[in-house]
Amino acid sequence: MATQTQVSANFKSWPVILALAIVSLPLIVMYLYFFIDTITDSAPGSLIPNAITFRHWDFLWQARGNRPSIWPVALNTLVFATTVTIIVLLVSSTAGYVLSRLNVPGRGFFLAGVMVLHAFPSVTLIVAIFLVLQMVGLYNSLYGVILVKAALEMPLGIWLMKGFYDTVPWEIEMAGIADGASRFTVFRRLVLPQVRPALMALGLFAFLSSWSEYILPQVLAPGAKAQVLSVYLASLIADDNNFDLSLFKAVGVFYIIPVLILFLFFQKHLMNIYGGGSKG
Amino acid sequence: MRILLDKFSKSFGTTKVIEDLTLEVADGEMLALLGPSGCGKSTTLFAICGIHKVTGGRILFGDRDVTDLPSQARSVGVVFQSYALYPHMTVAENIAFPLQVKKVAPDQIKREVDAIAALVHIENLLGRRPAELSGGQQQRVALARALVRKPDVLLLDEPLANLDAKLRLEMRSEIRRIQLETGITAILVTHDQVEAMSMCDRIAIMNAGEIVQLATPTEMYHNPRTAFVAGFLGNPPIAFLRGTARDGGFALDNSDIRLPLPVGTLSPADGSKLTLGIRPEDFGPLGDIAIPGKVSFVETQGRENLYDVRLADGSVLRSIQPVRGDIAVGNEVAWSASGAKVMVFGENGARI
Ligand SMILES: Nc1ncnc2c1ncn2[C@@H]1O[C@H](COP(=O)(O)OP(=O)(O)OP(=O)(O)O)[C@@H](O)[C@H]1O
Ligand SMILES: [Mg+2]
Repeated sequence: MATQTQVSANFKSWPVILALAIVSLPLIVMYLYFFIDTITDSAPGSLIPNAITFRHWDFLWQARGNRPSIWPVALNTLVFATTVTIIVLLVSSTAGYVLSRLNVPGRGFFLAGVMVLHAFPSVTLIVAIFLVLQMVGLYNSLYGVILVKAALEMPLGIWLMKGFYDTVPWEIEMAGIADGASRFTVFRRLVLPQVRPALMALGLFAFLSSWSEYILPQVLAPGAKAQVLSVYLASLIADDNNFDLSLFKAVGVFYIIPVLILFLFFQKHLMNIYGGGSKG
Repeated sequence: MRILLDKFSKSFGTTKVIEDLTLEVADGEMLALLGPSGCGKSTTLFAICGIHKVTGGRILFGDRDVTDLPSQARSVGVVFQSYALYPHMTVAENIAFPLQVKKVAPDQIKREVDAIAALVHIENLLGRRPAELSGGQQQRVALARALVRKPDVLLLDEPLANLDAKLRLEMRSEIRRIQLETGITAILVTHDQVEAMSMCDRIAIMNAGEIVQLATPTEMYHNPRTAFVAGFLGNPPIAFLRGTARDGGFALDNSDIRLPLPVGTLSPADGSKLTLGIRPEDFGPLGDIAIPGKVSFVETQGRENLYDVRLADGSVLRSIQPVRGDIAVGNEVAWSASGAKVMVFGENGARI
């Protein structure tokens, strides 16, 4: 951030800040009310809240009506996102290495295939996936969605990791081999550390993307047992009988808090993604 | 440990890089593989350390046939041109890596790392990362890492290519000192003849995948087997005169200069093409074969001057002499070559 102060020395910074503030005011107001509305009550039609209340958050300790409690749903989401992340990381880190370094038959074809898969709009597959899942008996189960989501995230991950492995110099691996290490030790102790920033970023993206995934769980696992937060949230607005906008907002805040926390933690690593690749 | 390459061949797909190369390196010897870029030096080196699979022939360490052993089982230390230090590890961790892989006890690792660091003079750098080291220091770390396992063989692939001139001079003697102190058998790949001559016991000159000559530096300098070898060794390099054999003498092409062939040369058939090689130090005011010419360039090297003398046919002879003030560009000189030192090469480049 030090460079920014140096740059701003050339011109007055407050007009810029003012302009930015005005432009982003609607967004800020939106987020602000998103949060304020969850802990206040206001008269219909008024913007000014007239009472502080926590009753919109009562979904945390009691299930409302015929809806499931929030906690199993949150746990489902966590399991879903974590498992997808782990699978994506495992497969991408190994497959990317193989594509970058080993002489596998059909390598070019595979690379092109991965690229096409990544560019392919996955929604168009959903009917076919639905049929397949039903046939193998994974419809309406969290496992099924996990597999599907991981499979859809993988092409990008593999491609990304392959690119990062390409930047790790060959000599490092040769040196490792000559130092007496097995191919696997070389991979784990010498190559993986060089692509750690990429793994971090990929893991974070996979997690966030799964955390916010809506279509797949909605279509492939709509049942109460496998419900995730996005589906739960959608069911709140879909419910015409007892429509509660404040509850919806409260669940929404609950839904994004983990994302914010993750960003706080990984911000530094994300900034590093292109810095740590391979030096000297 | 003795290294023997026995009719070793290597090809990549259909391109043959090395064919039937035989080379023996004696125990404790430091041998230079010297040759122009692309002649197969690195390929040979990587075959010895097991990174490349050979396509034919055998490789022996001592009496052990290692041809089909994987690199990990061969006990070789390798120093790469780019050093290939592990960037995420400190110097100490870098050096310790080969021992950790061998599952040596931690306290013993510590002791051996300290010992080897003392040998290559990097005791005070152990906590740093490679990015925080100068080129010469990285070079020392790479050496230490290659040596810490006490390998049978040390392989160096152009270890000095990335250093500046002064460091190169320093590391040249350092590497030699370390090799002598450890008594390890070493192969040094280089395309710098000065490195090869100053660091090694013997030199193997390679060209296009073949060993042209294998000899000690002095022997190779004074007795090159081909014009290629003669041209490769020596700085400033040897000068060549092209001509024809006539009446037991040498007729310089495109001129009427006639030179006698050095005594002891088997007189070649009349009319056959010859090349004379004359080193700069063998051409000057003293000598028995007079060659007239015109000074075309003077290069001051401090202690000595290098004079380029252009002959009637346009070819250039070089002469290196103690600094003298009486010669300027454009002067006609009649310097001579010492007959015993002039080398005669036949049409195919072989020495006659
Ligand atoms: N993996 C490979 N596949 C195909 N050809 C190769 C491969 N490695 C090397 N070669 C070829 O083999 C020949 C010898 O290469 P090598 O690297 O041994 O040269 P070198 O003598 O080490 O040259 P330099 O001094 O430039 O390092 C070159 O013509 C090169 O193109
Ligand atoms: Mg090379």
